[in-house]
Amino acid sequence: MAATASEVKLLGAWPSPFVLRPRIALNIKSVEYEFLEEKFGSKSDVLLKSNPVYKKIPVLLHRDRPVCESLIIVQYIDETWTSGPSILPWDPYDRAIARFWGAYIDDKFFPSLVGIAKAEGPEAKAEALEKAKAGLELIEKAFKECSKGGEFFNGDQIGYLDIAFGCYVGWIRVTESMHGFKLFDEEKTPGLVAWSERFCTHEAVKDVMPETEKLIELLK
Amino acid sequence: MSKNDEVILLDFWASPFAMRVKIALAEKGIKFEAREEDIMAGKSELLLNSNPLHKKVPVLLHYGKPICESAIIVSYIDEVWPFPALLPTCYYARAQARFWADFVDKKVGFHPYYSETFLNLLPTCYYARTQARFWADFVDKKLFDGGCGIWRNNGDALELGKKEFIEILQVLEGALGGDFFGGDNFGFVDTIAIPHASWFYAYEQFGGFKVEDACPKLSAWIERCLKRDSVAKSLPDPSKVYEFLCMFRKMNGLD
Repeated sequence: MAATASEVKLLGAWPSPFVLRPRIALNIKSVEYEFLEEKFGSKSDVLLKSNPVYKKIPVLLHRDRPVCESLIIVQYIDETWTSGPSILPWDPYDRAIARFWGAYIDDKFFPSLVGIAKAEGPEAKAEALEKAKAGLELIEKAFKECSKGGEFFNGDQIGYLDIAFGCYVGWIRVTESMHGFKLFDEEKTPGLVAWSERFCTHEAVKDVMPETEKLIELLK
Repeated sequence: MSKNDEVILLDFWASPFAMRVKIALAEKGIKFEAREEDIMAGKSELLLNSNPLHKKVPVLLHYGKPICESAIIVSYIDEVWPFPALLPTCYYARAQARFWADFVDKKVGFHPYYSETFLNLLPTCYYARTQARFWADFVDKKLFDGGCGIWRNNGDALELGKKEFIEILQVLEGALGGDFFGGDNFGFVDTIAIPHASWFYAYEQFGGFKVEDACPKLSAWIERCLKRDSVAKSLPDPSKVYEFLCMFRKMNGLD
């Protein structure tokens, strides 16, 4: 179903990995939308009104009805715009596995990534780094299982788990650059190394993925 | 899918997360084998092999293939055995849409009113499904941990935990769409949320409050859910949960 830009609005901020998720999903479905940038450090009235429970971005407004929580928004986009490629796998078991790893990435991997920046002192940093790297090795295994030989977590086409994990690639690269070590490892996570290149250069991703240098500037 | 497919649930009697799966299976009329994990004795090999990442119940084994994480399991059950639906379905909406498309074709020719009706049927349904997912996710994120703020604490920390827990219940109460979360019919959010009610008696005892006083509408929803067979047979006796948590508190020096 076609949508005019005024029908679909996304409240967000360009650096946020969570905001990146619906942007990629909307691009996959070729849905035009209006991007309403939230000012850093303040929350607009629209945001507070449309997400009173969490007061967080992203929020999708479809015909003025709000949808909140990034992965829930991605599923909504997948169900609502059926003419584009499918984002979730069609098989219920594969869908359950994709959702499982999406939950792991948000509940366990992302906190371990943040943990590196928060760790104080070289010992704590080393421990935090090992934890994040262990997480990435698990995600590498998930990639091998889910991709079934394809280029993406979703097989031949980009999908739910590519979006769920791929939104963190920019911040993984920032962490690598700022702390001077590699998280994506050619030896331990070769699948993810190759996948991240393909993901970042994908049609639906390349124009909305924030540049690593700009993210680093933001942190200074 | 027939109702006699091999379905095994790795279970623990007090786990609200496992109860969600039992309710979903019961709502669908699916026969399953529940295998109780003895969490005191140590985790079974089957559990460790089927959920190596989290090593937790519930795990659903469908023809030996493991599905983990309770809300994800409930979604899987809803997708594999679609009737009766837990998430709002679009079958009715699609049928209506097909009816109107046919009507337009045969009788009317293009008319903006009818195409608007046609177009509006589908998004409403997907929106309802999305709202269900949102509230199920809210329950997942807040309800159990909110309760922990009561039963894992004493003194001032417990008082704060109680205050935060009641706030969470009040937000949840605001989401009730009718008799149940989705409106008239028991569904996805009800399945995800009602198991936690089996722990409320314990929270009330430790915290010295009543859910009925703080959230009368939610309390009425609990009573309604408990009248359903699928819920009544899947939830344990709340006094047993209270005993279980008392034991935990003693073990951790809280009482």
